[in-house]
Amino acid sequence: MNRQISAVALVSLVLLTALIVGTTYWQTWAEGGLAARQDNEIQQVAQFEIRRGKIYASDGTTVLAANVRKKVGGQTLYFRTYPTHGFASQAIGYSTETRSRAGLEQEENAFLTASNQDLGTFFDTIGDKLRGSTITGNNVILNLQVRAQRIAQNALAGKCGAVVALNPTTGAVYVMASSPTFDPNLIEKPGGYAKVQATKAPCHPAAPLLNRATQGLYPPGSTFKTITAAAALDDHVFKASSSFYDPGYCTEYGKRVSNALDQSGGAEAFGNINLFDAYVHSVNAVYCQIGQKLGAGRVLEEAKKFGFYTVPPLETPSDSRSASGLYNNGKLWYPKQPQYQVDPGRLAFGQERMLVTPLQMALVAATVANGGVQMAPHLVKTVRSPSGSTVYTPHPQRLRTVLTPQTAATLRDMMVQVVNRGTGTNAQIPGVEVAGKTGTAEICQCTNYDAWFIFFAPAQHPVVAGAVVVESQPNGFGGAVSAPIAKEIMQAILPVASKAKS
Amino acid sequence: MQRAPATRQRPTSSVTARNRELAYLIVVGALTGLGFASVYIARQSEVSWGSLSYAALFIALYLVAHVIARIAVPNADPYLLPLAGFLTAVGLTEIYRLGPTDAFKQGLWIVIAVALFAGALLGLRRDYRVLESYKYLFGLGAIVLLFLPRLPGLGTTVNGARLWVHVGPLEFQPGELAKIFLIVFLAAYLREKREVLAQGRLKDLGPLLLIWGATMLVLVETNDLGSALLYFGIFLAMLYIATARFSYVLAGLVLFAAGGYVANREIAHVHERIVIWLHPWTTTKVYCPLTGTMALRQDCQSYQLVKSLYSIGSGGFAGTGLGKGTFTTPDGHPLIPYVNTDFIYSALAQELGLIGVSALLLVFMVFAARGMKIALQAEDGFSKLLAAGLTFGFALQTFIIVGGVLREIPVTGITLPFVSYGGSSVVANFLLLAGLMLVSNRANATQ
Repeated sequence: MNRQISAVALVSLVLLTALIVGTTYWQTWAEGGLAARQDNEIQQVAQFEIRRGKIYASDGTTVLAANVRKKVGGQTLYFRTYPTHGFASQAIGYSTETRSRAGLEQEENAFLTASNQDLGTFFDTIGDKLRGSTITGNNVILNLQVRAQRIAQNALAGKCGAVVALNPTTGAVYVMASSPTFDPNLIEKPGGYAKVQATKAPCHPAAPLLNRATQGLYPPGSTFKTITAAAALDDHVFKASSSFYDPGYCTEYGKRVSNALDQSGGAEAFGNINLFDAYVHSVNAVYCQIGQKLGAGRVLEEAKKFGFYTVPPLETPSDSRSASGLYNNGKLWYPKQPQYQVDPGRLAFGQERMLVTPLQMALVAATVANGGVQMAPHLVKTVRSPSGSTVYTPHPQRLRTVLTPQTAATLRDMMVQVVNRGTGTNAQIPGVEVAGKTGTAEICQCTNYDAWFIFFAPAQHPVVAGAVVVESQPNGFGGAVSAPIAKEIMQAILPVASKAKS
Repeated sequence: MQRAPATRQRPTSSVTARNRELAYLIVVGALTGLGFASVYIARQSEVSWGSLSYAALFIALYLVAHVIARIAVPNADPYLLPLAGFLTAVGLTEIYRLGPTDAFKQGLWIVIAVALFAGALLGLRRDYRVLESYKYLFGLGAIVLLFLPRLPGLGTTVNGARLWVHVGPLEFQPGELAKIFLIVFLAAYLREKREVLAQGRLKDLGPLLLIWGATMLVLVETNDLGSALLYFGIFLAMLYIATARFSYVLAGLVLFAAGGYVANREIAHVHERIVIWLHPWTTTKVYCPLTGTMALRQDCQSYQLVKSLYSIGSGGFAGTGLGKGTFTTPDGHPLIPYVNTDFIYSALAQELGLIGVSALLLVFMVFAARGMKIALQAEDGFSKLLAAGLTFGFALQTFIIVGGVLREIPVTGITLPFVSYGGSSVVANFLLLAGLMLVSNRANATQ
C-alpha cells in the first residue's frame, strides 16, 4: 500500500509543480504580450498611478502638460491637464484614459512615465517602489518657443494651414503649428471628443486632430523650384547665369502652361531672363524648360536627396507623419518610368501630383541655410528627472548631405534676392538679411491657392528656417499671405535664438 | 497490510511536537501581522488601524486550535496546523485587501471552522476509526449534499453552475463538505473490499462504474466540470492505493475522457468552458450568449479568464506588493469577477509576484507532502486511505482551480483550499486538517 501512496504523493507534487511552471510562464515569458494587449485595463490603470512628467516649452517655465490628482477606488490616480488649452496640441498630443495617447505624450511615454532604460531613472523608480511612494515621471522640455508658437497659431486662427520653424544648424523645432487646432482637455470630457471633431473651419474635413505640419500634404507650388534649381546647379547642366527666353508660357505636350498673372490680370512675360532671376521672380515658363531639359527622373532624384519619399524623423508617432513625393490615387508613388509617366515641366514648378508636408519644405529651406547639410528635426530640448538632473539631451544629428556648399550658397543668394527684390518682399525685416521663396499652388480650377513661404534668416548665419502654408486662400499669393506670417515668426525667434547661440 | 517501519520515527530532539507547532505558529502569527500591516500602509486612505485587530483575532484563533491540539492530539504532526494557518492568513489578508466586509464574514467562518475542528478533534480523539462503521451514512450524505443545489428553492446558479445552497442569509456550497464525506466513505468501503477488488473480476467493477456514473451525473446536474474531476480523481487515487491495480486508473481515465467528450458535445456550459480554455482571445466578433450580441470573446465569455491572466501577468517577478495591485478600472469598476473566491490566485499573483506565489505553492506542496507522510506512517488501511485521500483531494483541488486560472485546464468554479473566500470551503478544509491530525496522532502515538 505504501508504494501506491508514494506514487500518489508523487502525482500530487507533480501537479503542484505544474502550477509553479504555469505561473512562471505567465509572469515572465508571456508577461510582455499580456501587457501589450489593448483590453488590459491593469496596464492602463498602472499608467494613471504614475505621476507623469510635465511637459514644458523651451523657456522651461511654461507648463504645457501637468497632472490633477483624483481618488478612484482607494487608489490615487493622476490625470492629465493641459493648462495652455491648446498649445501645439497636435504635436504634444494627449494622454487620456479612454482615447489612450497621441503625439509626444505617446512617443515620449517612456520618459514621462520614468520607464526609460536609463540607470538613474531606473534607481529612482526602484526607490519609489520600495518606499511605496508614487512614481514620478521625467519632465520633458521642448524646443517650442512660447511667443513664436503663439504668433503662428494666432496668424493661422480661422484659417487652415501649418507653420514649422526650426534651427537649421541643430534641427531644434521652434514652432509647430497646425490649424484648426483643439483643446486637449476636451478629449476626455463627456461629449468633448465629439465637440473637437465638430470643429468648424474653412477646410473640409476640418480634422483638428491632424497634425498638418507633419501630416498635411499640399502641392508645393513654386517653393519646389528650389529643388529643381538645386538639380540644375548640382549637375552643372545650367549655371545661375544660364539664360532663357520667357514668352510668358511654356509648351507642354503641345499645350500652353501660362505664367502667374501679373497685376494687370494677364500672364507676366519676362523675355530674356537667367536662371537666377527666374527664381527671384518665380517664372514658371523658365523652370518648365529646365524641368523638360533635366527630365522628371532627375528632378525626383533630387527631391529624394532632400528626403522626399522618406518620413522625416521626429518625436511624434510615425503614423502622424507623412512622406513627401508624388502621390497617385492617395498613395505615395515613385514612377518606374518617370520620363513617360510624369510631366517634367509642371513637376519643375511644383504641380503635377507632387504633394509635400510643411515639415519637409521647412527642411528644404533649412538644408539650403545649413550649407547643404540637413539636420534631423527634434522637438525635445532636454529631459530632466523630477529632482532636476539631466536624463537625456538630444545632440544635433546630421540626417543627410544634400548639396555641395557651392550650390547651397548660390541657392541662398537666390533666396535672399527673392526677399530683397522678388516675390517675397513682404518678409523683409529691417537690419536682417532674410532668405525665402514663395509658392502659390493651384489646388483647383479656381482662383483659390495654397499660399506657401519657405524661409531662413539671417541669411549668412541662419538661426531659423521654416515653412508656412495657408490653405485655399482666394487669390492667395504666397508672398502676400504667408510671407508676412513668416516675418512675424522670424522676428519672434531671431532675438532669442541669436542670444542662445552667442 | 504493510506496517510503517518503526525506525522512521525517531525522537531527534527534546522539543515536543506541540512546542514545535507553537514555535511555527508564532512565526505564522508574525507574518500575518506583517501582511495586515502592509495592507494597512498601502491603503491607509480606506483602512483603519482597526484592521490590525484581524491579525490579532486570527492569531488568537490559531492559539485556541493549538491548545485543543495539545489536549486532543498531542502526538500529531506539528507542521500541519502552522501550514494551514499560513495559507488561511494569506487568504484572509488578500480577502481583506479586496473587500474588508468579506474579510469580516470570512473571519466569522474561521471561528465556526475552528469550533468544528475542535469538536472533531475532541470527539474523535480516542479512536476516529469509529467513522468506519458509519461509512454508508457518509456515502449517502455525500450524495445528498451533492444534489442539494438541485432542489428547487434551495439552489442557485452562479456563473453557469449550480453549486450553491441558500438558506435564509446563509449561502453554502455543499460540494466542499461532500468531498470530505466521500473520502471517509471511500476509505472505509475500499478497506473492506480491497481484496475482492484487487482480483479484478469483471463483476467487481460494478462499484467503479457506479461511481463513474454518479460523477458524470453530478457533472450533468451541476454543470460543474471541476467538481466532477475532483471527485473522480480522488476516487481513482484511493482505488489505486487500495488495489494496487494501475489498470483501474487507466480504465477510469478512459471513462472520464469519454464522459468529458460526450459532455463537451452535449452540454452547452461544458462546451463553452472548453472553447474559452482553447481560444480565450478572438480577433473577430463571435456570438456572445450573455448579451445576445456579437462581441470579441475576451469581452464576453472569456472576460474573467482573460482579466485574470492580465492580473497574473502584471504581477511579474516581484509583484506590486500587498495592497498595491489593481483590481478596479480608473472609473471604479471591479476588473475580475469572483476575484476573492475562484480567482484569488490571480489577485495573489499580481500582488505577490512570481516569488510570492511560488512560495505559496511550495507551502501547498509541503502540506501535501506532510499529509502523504502521515498516510505512509499510519498503521491500518482505513487510516492510510483516509489520510492519502484527504491529502490527494487537497492537492488535486489546488491543481484544478489554479490550473484553471493558469489556463492549464478549463477553468472551473471551485475554491483554493484555505485561501479562497467562502464559508463551506473554510469549514471543509478545517475538517480535512482535523482528519489528518487525528491519523497522525494515532500513528505517532503507537510507535
